[in-house]
Amino acid sequence: MAYFFQNLVNALQWGSFYALIALGYSMVYSILMLFNFAHGDIFMVGAYIGFGVSTALIGFAAMGAVAMPNWLILVLTILFSMFLTSFVGIIVERVGYRPLRNAPRASAAITGLMIGIILETGNLALMGARRVSFPSLIATATYDLGGVFVTNKKIMIVLVSLLLAVALHQFVRRTKWGMAMRAMAYDPSVVPLMGVPLNRMIALTFALGSALAAAAGILFGVAYPVLDPYMGILFGWKAFVAAILGGRGSVIGATLAGFLLGFTEIFVAMVFPSTLRDLIAYSIILLILTVRPHGFFGEPYSARLRL
Amino acid sequence: MRTRSLAVICVLAGLLTFFLSGPVLGQTIRIGINAEITGDIPKVGEGTKFAAQMWLEDVNAAGGLAVGGKKYKVALVIEDNESKAESAVKAATKMITEDGVLVMVGPQASKQAVPAGGIANNYKTPMITPWSTNPDTTKGRPYVFRACFLDPFQGPVLAKFISSEFKFTKAAVLYDVASDYPKGLAEYFKKAWEELHGKGSVVAYESFTTKDTDFSSQLTKIIKSGAQVLFTPQYYNEVALIVPQAHQLGWKKPIVGSDSWGSAETVTLCGKDCYGLFFSTHYAAAGAKGETKAFIDRYRKKYGYVPDDVAALTWDAMKLVQKAIQDTGGLTGDVKKDRENVRAAMGRIKKFKGITGEMTFSGGGDPSKCAVIVRISDKGQFEFYKSACP
Repeated sequence: MAYFFQNLVNALQWGSFYALIALGYSMVYSILMLFNFAHGDIFMVGAYIGFGVSTALIGFAAMGAVAMPNWLILVLTILFSMFLTSFVGIIVERVGYRPLRNAPRASAAITGLMIGIILETGNLALMGARRVSFPSLIATATYDLGGVFVTNKKIMIVLVSLLLAVALHQFVRRTKWGMAMRAMAYDPSVVPLMGVPLNRMIALTFALGSALAAAAGILFGVAYPVLDPYMGILFGWKAFVAAILGGRGSVIGATLAGFLLGFTEIFVAMVFPSTLRDLIAYSIILLILTVRPHGFFGEPYSARLRL
Repeated sequence: MRTRSLAVICVLAGLLTFFLSGPVLGQTIRIGINAEITGDIPKVGEGTKFAAQMWLEDVNAAGGLAVGGKKYKVALVIEDNESKAESAVKAATKMITEDGVLVMVGPQASKQAVPAGGIANNYKTPMITPWSTNPDTTKGRPYVFRACFLDPFQGPVLAKFISSEFKFTKAAVLYDVASDYPKGLAEYFKKAWEELHGKGSVVAYESFTTKDTDFSSQLTKIIKSGAQVLFTPQYYNEVALIVPQAHQLGWKKPIVGSDSWGSAETVTLCGKDCYGLFFSTHYAAAGAKGETKAFIDRYRKKYGYVPDDVAALTWDAMKLVQKAIQDTGGLTGDVKKDRENVRAAMGRIKKFKGITGEMTFSGGGDPSKCAVIVRISDKGQFEFYKSACP
């Protein structure tokens, strides 16, 4: 039983990252009908920005300018990095996607792949091939709950991801901006006629998605402190699967599907040899999609898209 | 008239050189050093050159190399292979056919050592590579030797070390199924462990894929399996993820690694989680004793830095060459015959005490030798712990 709960805890942490990244995919898709394939790499950029910010803050605190406890540094790192990374998202949209907005959809998708390569190799040129180790801001405390080992970091990661997902949901549902975004998802051609600034709304979508990816990147750095320039690729693909599975454009769907993906991977490895983990896990996902091609909370293309 | 006298002078000079050099050449043993002095890995070539020159100093100080009661002068023929396969082949061909070397030491990296080994074998010239671990370097080549161990050795060596050091009987393995080196070593370890402790004694044999970062399900399985030790032959960046995650899941038992752990980055990335862990490697500078320490101190004093495994292995290779030449019992002066004798002598070397461990050649070119077990100290340094033998 402890074994089962241990895997449950493992899966909760692992699913958190998929959920946070899938949210960014989902938002952009619902508004632009565009898969932003560079999103996984924005997650990577967010992690590196987090590395830079936290290193700077640690240095700042060490100089004795301001006394900052480590948890405060972590909170500030998350906030600053989300803010900075949102500009990366805005620039990617402005440079890469906006000129192609009326181009065939394949061109925009390919642009996303190219932007991804530029971000990866740009990082490689900037930081070199050496692996970077994310600073350990909070000491790991391991709690033994009857054979189930939980760390303070795991609890924090799951809570922060859920908090961000709820915050996004509230933003989309309760604010004027959120309403404009939902309207755009419904029909982007009419919305500008209502006086909604289309470009600014699209930029906001990219900014929000990228900020979430940055949060995921930093939490990732906390849990798995070795960063490399190509860490976003596979992760991005898998989160993309989660976005599809959740139903395109659904906040709740993307979050749930992200966790479901984490659970599938962990529990398949629990039962089967770990070599077969991805093979079996993604075959299961494929089966689910053949039964529900629009995902859990998605609706057919003709119907309106939810956000 | 003038041309004729010039020609006469030339002929005379030529004859003089011939007669003078004949006996001198006969007295001089030429050893080729095929090293990566420029190109991708210049540090490797530098270590090779420095170690070889240090060895030559010793020989010269002793007044030459004593073979069969006679003292011979030794000359090193150092060629740069530019870290390229084709240049290594060119350098090997030159030193064998033109310079008449008796033995060739190097190249170091398998990329150069595999093709150069082919040349050495074709020309029936003994060659010893200090550092190349690729099986192809020596495979089917009776004239090619190496001074380092191979993974089929390292696996059993580690299995034996863990068994005798901790008296454990149940082991777990976690390895990358998509990478040749960890996969091979994991298989060799499992085979050796099960030979020692019976079938099923590797209680968990878990894998992942390159670029994976979360090993929680594999590690949870390993912990549940009741394994007493975890063996993970991974590179330093994965070690820095696996070890802390294992600790966070409640693993308090030893974790053991292989020579891929031996990077300065391992501890930088892994931090305190890696303190106190063991891994096997070719040689350890910190905490070295005896001749190994003497070598390190001398090298550091002379060249200003702590020698790496390449330099130490080159030193041992030079000593192996020396022993093989001396074991022939005397040189005939016919370089082809002498090469054959040196090769035969090299293949017979037993229990050679090198600074990177004891080596024994039994027929083939791969030594069976002890690995060095390194313990990561409480200050994060790689400390010599003991040598572990097959």
